[in-house]
Amino acid sequence: MAKRSIVPFGPQHPVLPEPVHLDLVLEDETVVEAVPSIGFVHRGLEKLVEIKDFKEYVYIAERVCGICSFGHGMGYCQSVEHIMGVEPPRRANYLRTIWMEMSRVHSHLLWLGLLADAMGFESLFMESWRLREKILDMFDLTTGGRVIFSVNCIGGVLKDMDSGMLKAISDTIDEMEKELRPIAEAFLRDYTVGVRLRGLGVLKPEQAILAGAVGPMLRSCGIAYDARKLGYAAYNELEFEPVTASDGDSYARCEVRIQEIYQSFALIRQAISKIPEGPIRVPVKGNPNGEYFMRIEQPRGEAIYYVKANGTKFLDRFRLRTPTTSNIPPMLELMKGCQLADVPLLILTIDPCISCTER
Amino acid sequence: MGKLAKSPWMLHYDGSSCNGCDIEVLACTTPVYDVERFGIINTGDPFQADILLITGGINSQSESVVKQIYSQMPNPKVVVAVGICACTGGIFKECYNIKGGVDTVIPVDIYVPGCAARPQAIIDGVVKAVELLQKKREAFASQRKKSGT
Repeated sequence: MAKRSIVPFGPQHPVLPEPVHLDLVLEDETVVEAVPSIGFVHRGLEKLVEIKDFKEYVYIAERVCGICSFGHGMGYCQSVEHIMGVEPPRRANYLRTIWMEMSRVHSHLLWLGLLADAMGFESLFMESWRLREKILDMFDLTTGGRVIFSVNCIGGVLKDMDSGMLKAISDTIDEMEKELRPIAEAFLRDYTVGVRLRGLGVLKPEQAILAGAVGPMLRSCGIAYDARKLGYAAYNELEFEPVTASDGDSYARCEVRIQEIYQSFALIRQAISKIPEGPIRVPVKGNPNGEYFMRIEQPRGEAIYYVKANGTKFLDRFRLRTPTTSNIPPMLELMKGCQLADVPLLILTIDPCISCTER
Repeated sequence: MGKLAKSPWMLHYDGSSCNGCDIEVLACTTPVYDVERFGIINTGDPFQADILLITGGINSQSESVVKQIYSQMPNPKVVVAVGICACTGGIFKECYNIKGGVDTVIPVDIYVPGCAARPQAIIDGVVKAVELLQKKREAFASQRKKSGT
């Protein structure tokens, strides 16, 4: 047996803008075990429900994470709406769906850029992020914010989109779809990228289920599970099929995310063509009493929101299980037997969001 | 801003922020905003960095990491607190695990408010940091001349 050594990875590491720490147990260059330690971004947001009232807490829920911001706000609002028996107007549901899919496009493009950066493909990183700015401009146009845009409220949304904005969004996604093609081509057809990604970190379907993988991580193993199929917001009125790939390697994860960007474009188009006229929110009276579990599909996978209310304006408990929490165990599985140099890339392929995970 | 005598290198650390400001800092280095046109390079190594961009209120676990990164950076150095959390603790101020702004742990030179701080504001902060670094370098050089080291 070769000599074992332990190499610390992080918390400050160039591959991710967020702090993540792993202790890598190595035999020569091969990783035998990876031991994660977290808590560098833990703030204690769930505890804040005790001092912020349930309407004010929407703003905190959105700041759990700056990338999945809109989804967290929506998941929280929908849980409270279910407890209170409030049905948001149909237009609000469609607006939420459009913003959610725009968030998915922005998150996946961000990930593609970071992946290219981790491979040392600097120009592809710049291209992906240049394209991402177009969707951020649309957020700016419709909400006034670029990454955090508090538009959710209990009972609907705070801002409406007029026909000009909807037209601008559909024009932008047409343009983006055209510009995404050469970028997708580079990720999926380029020889060098293929050599780097194919066969790296293969996750078998049974392993994925056992370790509890979610989102693109699970779908890249050929399992067509997508929480959007539960039909929250306006997803029950839109037609789509979960994107899957069969290989379960890093290339498959990249492929699934790229195809999901195209799928999001299609969903935004469908939602824009079907959006009904009407009010965007209903008035909410009284305080919630009861509990509810809500599942939504975030860009990184299925997120679970649990809200327990006691009839006062302060909630008893808010619990959030984020997709990265479930994707860390399969990531540790993947690392066993990989090379030290592949570790940053493997961490990246699960699309980690540490600030969601630690809250 | 006049001619620069040096290309400052920039280091970014997330001291328990929500990620919003981090992706905006990163967006500043990409083609649309592009702080690299000022000769700035985004580095991952504290030993080679002149400007530290730090986001988020500091928590008890990241405190030692922030102090270590700060001490590893060579003198003279400039610290820019990006986002309202890094300035004062912001919306997370009442959380049990947040110490408050970055200035509770290390000295901060420039504050960039905003939730999330917009790229334009971050660029403004970085440009101010570059000017400040220039001044600090001159002061540092004259001090070294005086002491003869």
